[in-house]
Amino acid sequence: MKTYKIWSINGPVVTVNGATELTMMEMVYVGHRRLVGEVIGIQSRYTTIQVYEETAGLRPGEPVEGTGYPMSVTLGPGLLGNIYDGIQKPLRALAETSGAFLPKGVETPSIDPQRLWDVTMKVETGAAVTGGQIFAVCEETRAIEHRALVPPQVSGTVEFAAPDGSYCVSDVLLRVRDASGALHEVCLAQRWPIKTPRPARTRLPVTKPMLTGQRVIDTLFPVAMGGAAAIPGGFGTGKTVTQHQLAKFADADIIVYVGCGERGNEMTQALQEFSELVDPHTGRPLLERTILIANTSNMPVAAREASIYTGITLAEYYRDMGYNAAMMADSTSRWAEALREISGRLEEMPADEGYPAYLPSRLSDFYERAGAFRTLSDRDGAVTLIGAVSPQGADFSEPVTQNTKRFTRCFWALDKNLAYARHYPAINWNDSYSEYVPELTEWYTEHAAPDFMENRTRIAAILAEEAKLAEIVKLVGAELLPDDQKITMEAARVIRVGFLQQNALDPVDTSTPLKKHYRMMQVILHLYDLAQDALARQVPASVMIGSGVFDKVIRMKTQTPNDDLSPLDALDRLLDETFAAF
Amino acid sequence: MVTEYMGLADINGSLVVLDHVADAFSEELVSLRLTDGSTRTGRIVALEGEKAVVQVFEGTKELSMTNTLTSLTGRPMELAISPEIVGRVFDGMGRPKDGLGPVYPTEKRDVNGSSINPVSRVYPRNCIRTGISSIDALATLIRGQKLPIFSGSGMRHNELAAQIVRQASVTGGEEFAIVFAAMGVKNDVAEYFRRTFEREGVMDRVTMFLNLSNDPIIERLVTPKCALTAAEYLAFDCGMNILVILTDMTSYCEALREFSSSKGEIPARKGFPGYLYSDLAALYERAGIVEGAKGSVTQIPILTMPNDDITHPIPDLTGFITEGQIVLDRALEAKGVYPAVDVLSSLSRLMKDGIGEGFTREDHRELSDQLFATYAAVQDARSLASVIGEEELSDDDKTLLAFGRRFENEFLGQGEREDRTFDETLDLGWELLSLLPRQSLDRVKDATLDKHYKG
Repeated sequence: MKTYKIWSINGPVVTVNGATELTMMEMVYVGHRRLVGEVIGIQSRYTTIQVYEETAGLRPGEPVEGTGYPMSVTLGPGLLGNIYDGIQKPLRALAETSGAFLPKGVETPSIDPQRLWDVTMKVETGAAVTGGQIFAVCEETRAIEHRALVPPQVSGTVEFAAPDGSYCVSDVLLRVRDASGALHEVCLAQRWPIKTPRPARTRLPVTKPMLTGQRVIDTLFPVAMGGAAAIPGGFGTGKTVTQHQLAKFADADIIVYVGCGERGNEMTQALQEFSELVDPHTGRPLLERTILIANTSNMPVAAREASIYTGITLAEYYRDMGYNAAMMADSTSRWAEALREISGRLEEMPADEGYPAYLPSRLSDFYERAGAFRTLSDRDGAVTLIGAVSPQGADFSEPVTQNTKRFTRCFWALDKNLAYARHYPAINWNDSYSEYVPELTEWYTEHAAPDFMENRTRIAAILAEEAKLAEIVKLVGAELLPDDQKITMEAARVIRVGFLQQNALDPVDTSTPLKKHYRMMQVILHLYDLAQDALARQVPASVMIGSGVFDKVIRMKTQTPNDDLSPLDALDRLLDETFAAF
Repeated sequence: MVTEYMGLADINGSLVVLDHVADAFSEELVSLRLTDGSTRTGRIVALEGEKAVVQVFEGTKELSMTNTLTSLTGRPMELAISPEIVGRVFDGMGRPKDGLGPVYPTEKRDVNGSSINPVSRVYPRNCIRTGISSIDALATLIRGQKLPIFSGSGMRHNELAAQIVRQASVTGGEEFAIVFAAMGVKNDVAEYFRRTFEREGVMDRVTMFLNLSNDPIIERLVTPKCALTAAEYLAFDCGMNILVILTDMTSYCEALREFSSSKGEIPARKGFPGYLYSDLAALYERAGIVEGAKGSVTQIPILTMPNDDITHPIPDLTGFITEGQIVLDRALEAKGVYPAVDVLSSLSRLMKDGIGEGFTREDHRELSDQLFATYAAVQDARSLASVIGEEELSDDDKTLLAFGRRFENEFLGQGEREDRTFDETLDLGWELLSLLPRQSLDRVKDATLDKHYKG
């Protein structure tokens, strides 16, 4: 490859003087330490490169070497359970070779090249294969079977297929002759450019929810498998805890967790917890279905921009095998800020709050990579995207939140006041919404309960009523409300504290199955109906509230095991008896 | 032989441009010699062909296009370190200013540091008892955490920081060594800390880096880096537990803004550069514990919120990076409560894994959840009382107000020299909660109430 010389250095931006043969988005190696960079601008006088690693110590005149291909990641078995930085450098391997502090410019293969995989071949010599077809399988972890795919751009006749056996990721397993006569070698590992979506056959409508075990999400604001959701919230409102909860309990097959510009200790915690916790769906440690990408806030800013794309590309790869992958990005605001920082260094004309004018198009490109798809191997797979947003000053009118809102259909607004009162998850039920509800109604009716959605609507109505009454209470106090409104307020309190609030640290409450959501809703509505009935019989609200029956219902969430809902039946009976006595 | 470059091509604010430079590298340290014999230090911030943009730490006053000789040192900005630095006082760039002569370094280290590999971090879970109820019970400080104090001008954050330094103890009884970095603080404030350390007899465990308000502004940008380099060395090489006090981060950020605007960069919010977040993160993320090292770095940055505005970019971005925050409230301070910690907006993110059985006490979590929930309800009752009058409130709300008053005066409020144990703090919390009807304590399990509720 041709090499060039560095002309100028300004933070993570480096330029090469004069005309070059470098192409836009080409990956380059910069300097003697071979730092990874990407071409982001070409002009007649100079070529601009953003460098994904720390540029301190770089000198003008050091070499820049093109690679001929765009910024790519390596895909293949061995990704699961790993932790990478934003440009897919394996952090565990780096810790072993370089110690506790991250080195600069060390090339380490992303996937262990020595490890052997027990491969079972799925195609034979002489067969015709097309791009995206599954040609071999191996056990990547005990929980997940890895389905090796023919690279999308390769199709033709198999001239050689290796027998079943143990192979490392770079062994040639297939030789494919295409229509033009060119011979392609296919192995377990392949590369894919991170900013190009992987192809699929067709996009499918979303039909089922991604269940998360979180009541406020699954019941009130569900996200579809293949959907996109945003979690905006100021600092301290629980974005990260919510993302961790989703990564732990979502019923997706594969989780890609991207810590983008966030805290180092949080990634350490995620790594630790995911190795200890057991996946309720497979009985294996959660880490076996998880890939972590850590670009902490003090790592180079340009890699922060790449980390989001690295994550989504890995998720798409598993989607192409027919899995439901979910990616959590915490936080997309840091990614947008990285865009702004680079844009500022390029002296581009800023739009809103200094963000570049292309921020909305970058965001939409990213969120459009979510979806349910028929893959090239004719299986169904999905990528679900959950993006946290960190609005500056908790102001939801800032550009990143506003643009994210346009491209996601599910919005979980975190509320500072709820967080202050330690009501977690601090998802505000008045400001949040999910546009997926109409598409998912059929699924809930069929798989949860025929009247699940009716109950949901009633719960939401009580909460809406409370929001209205709260305005009055602020002016005159709760004492002066008529009895029926007092009961509504009290029922809403039961919903808020007893149902929506969920304790991530409580072993029972941390995740609850849909069946329990449904029964809890039933109990609350049963209580509400009994109270309405009692009101009609002229029983004063103060008597009902004073009896402590509402508080008993609030406590049901921790006193009912997830696999045995009989205490809720007992509670129903207790309610009947209590109200009969009034 | 060292090449010296005569004269400068351009001077703008704290930045100068050198032309026809050969073999300079990014972040290299340069030294400028003036014709009057004085020297200044600078750092290369951008390179373009043979031009180098140099940031001069001492400022560009009295520089002209012709009166300097500049030489490249061939090294990045480094700090001379050895175990001897404990007990010494340095200026903002790490040069001794206590008259005790130079440090004989065992090593020189790049002040920019390197990122800790998340794989090599140890997740912090050992709490530090500060003896201050509001912090211990509701925003517990953990060893290896970065927990800033958000304050305002004229509030008693220095006393609070000094009290934490004085009383901080780790279970197991190890002592802390302190690294203190002052950025743009007044002489009096630095003097207050020095005297406090001396009076408590801890001065031989303190390393101070002082950039006072009349010291060069650009030097301020390296002061926290020097302090953290020293802290990392003492913690990870010498195995000490280090508590780093950084004050005042607001001055640091303002220096950064000045530097950025003189470079002609495009500003983001309120004139601060777009990379303020990354820049702050590069400091704050240097707290923690790493595998295989005995020591730890705990950070308590102090920042004064301009106009008491928590949404200002400085506290806002800090809050997104640090593991929680301790917010001081002017209204509470006006009521005579010390320390005036606004517990509702204060938070310790690492607290959840560092409290409870085996760490503090098994009822700690439920108690703190309930105190938060109840105190939030007190605020609602107060805003209602301000509309309809306290007389018109329901009995429950009146009880809440009574609880609120006692909570602020007895639980939050304590003496500057009052050092409470965890048991004292938690029992006091239960005593106050017992003022309220038992069924209203909906964050606590029945079994815990049976044990601790005294109403």
